Amino acid sequence: MSWRTIATIYAKELRDSLRDRRTLLSTIIIPTFVMPAIVLGVGRMASSIIAKAKQEIPRIMVIGGADAPGVLAELKGSGRFRVEPAAPDWRALISDKRVRAAAQIPEGFGRALESGSAPPVTVYYYEGELKSGIAAEELRSFFVGVRDRAAARLLAARGLPAAIARPFEVRQANVAPPEKVGGNLLGGVIPYIIILLCFTGAMNPAMDLTAGEKERGTLEPLLCSPAARTDIVLGKFAMVLTGSLAAVVCSLVSVGVTLVVVGASLAGARAGAVRQAAAPTIDLAGLLGVLAMVLPVSVLFSAILFTVSLFAKSFKEAQSYAGPLILVVFMPAIVGMLPGIDLNLRLALVPILNLSLVCKEMLSGVWHWGYIAVIFGSTALYAAGALALAVGMFRREGVLFRT
Amino acid sequence: MIEARGLTKVFHDKKRGLIRGADEVSFRVEPGRIYGLLGANGAGKTTTLRMLATLLRPTSGSAVVAGCDVVREPDRVRASVGFLAAGTALYARLTARETVAYFGRLNGLDEATLRARIRSLADELGMGEFLDRRCDGLSTGMKQKTSIARMLVHDPQVMIFDEPTLGLDVMTARAIVGFVRECRGRGKTVIYSTHVMSEAEKLCDVVGVIHEGRMRAEGAPAELRARTGGADLEECFVRIVAPGEPR
Repeated sequence: MSWRTIATIYAKELRDSLRDRRTLLSTIIIPTFVMPAIVLGVGRMASSIIAKAKQEIPRIMVIGGADAPGVLAELKGSGRFRVEPAAPDWRALISDKRVRAAAQIPEGFGRALESGSAPPVTVYYYEGELKSGIAAEELRSFFVGVRDRAAARLLAARGLPAAIARPFEVRQANVAPPEKVGGNLLGGVIPYIIILLCFTGAMNPAMDLTAGEKERGTLEPLLCSPAARTDIVLGKFAMVLTGSLAAVVCSLVSVGVTLVVVGASLAGARAGAVRQAAAPTIDLAGLLGVLAMVLPVSVLFSAILFTVSLFAKSFKEAQSYAGPLILVVFMPAIVGMLPGIDLNLRLALVPILNLSLVCKEMLSGVWHWGYIAVIFGSTALYAAGALALAVGMFRREGVLFRT
Repeated sequence: MIEARGLTKVFHDKKRGLIRGADEVSFRVEPGRIYGLLGANGAGKTTTLRMLATLLRPTSGSAVVAGCDVVREPDRVRASVGFLAAGTALYARLTARETVAYFGRLNGLDEATLRARIRSLADELGMGEFLDRRCDGLSTGMKQKTSIARMLVHDPQVMIFDEPTLGLDVMTARAIVGFVRECRGRGKTVIYSTHVMSEAEKLCDVVGVIHEGRMRAEGAPAELRARTGGADLEECFVRIVAPGEPR
């Protein structure tokens, strides 16, 4: 192996790639500008939609309740709902989003409420539909109020204090500092970005340097040079890896800078706890940890893409192989996002999923050094295997001269 | 010098089974001579040349190129060989100078030697006006000159040309042929594959006719004419590869 030859090939590929618009787009421009825009844009859009939905006075329907005029009057007069006249197809109306929710008050509810033995009120809503969920919660809160007031009245009639029905309250208090809360929020998003960019950053260089060269007829002169096959693979592979890492670094730096700027602007505009919750800060150590963990994954992705693209006869064929691979790569990342999936020794050995889980932990300030070592080591091992496969493929005449 | 002894290459094809791309091909080329490898498309010329340039490993047989065995010392063989093929191209996003320099470095030239070599090649081939232009903006002739400079940068002893004039206009093809003659004048060992018989007749000292992977005849163009009774090399070629064809 000649380091001089590897460096010569890498320098040439780097120069060549920096003049290639497609590579610049996928490794620098999109990660730097588009990903932060997507992250912030989606976040802002989601919070705007939720705020708008909460502001809306929901259309609801009350089924029954003829013998509870007081409750109905209170409901209508609360100003929290637009009560539509009851219709027999109320279920369909909820499904069609023409009514957000419905409350079914059973017969005899009014009389039974006075005696303290009222049957349950059922709130109907469409699960998964944001506005329906908000309306249902609002209805539930209304009827809880009705219940509490009825209980207080009944207790007062017996000369007992209202507090007897609620001898104590249950409160929740957050112990996580704001930066950890921010880390958790970012930890949910960043693994996605990293895994996607790690892969897409390597895609174009891998295809261009292998299948692209075959197609253009520039690979044969290189193979005729005294450069050893292993040196050629390592020189080209280093460029593919550069593309992968450049995409991740550009994106993380850009997202980081954007969040700091947005955080600073929010800090000026808001105050107190609201500001702290809305402006997540980035733990620099966590970010550096993530970058370190990305390295073997980038090697793994670069080697896989290099091998797959090398097999292809043309750039287009390479694209048709690499495209579906995104789904394969993304599946473990999505599993990592599922609630209740926590890092353990078995999951620490599953490539990509382990990165997703450990990133989340590191960004929220949790450092499980044992798992980190297992993840880094196992991924490095997989990456070495993939790289060995790439070198092996490059030695195969049937692959290099596939027609 | 090139010496091929029983070079054989067997390919495995899923549909067609075993294919003998080259079958017991033997020949010898002395320095200062041009050896023409003649054959139709798919005859086995490129396979033979690729084995000589160590791009393909022979299934059996051997070859010695510039004193080095193609199987045991492939890196040393490649350091002694310049290879120019019709299907090869230049890096579109590099300049002509960068392209030549890249191959010079791969061949182990130091920076001072490389600079001097590029200057000398640019003067010799008339590349001065486009040396710093990107290859995607060069004309076909300029690209051919750049390819030649790339091939010559390390001053190889052995030159392998695989149908170098294929698809070129008359003037560019003439320039290539002239360049091949110059290589002979400088004492290089030259092997030139083509299916253009007139080109081979004018250029080659010795000609080998390859057909279906096997060497069917070998000799100077005049010898082949005398042996087959053909009026020119094209006629000789047809009589060798398809003896039953009407004259």
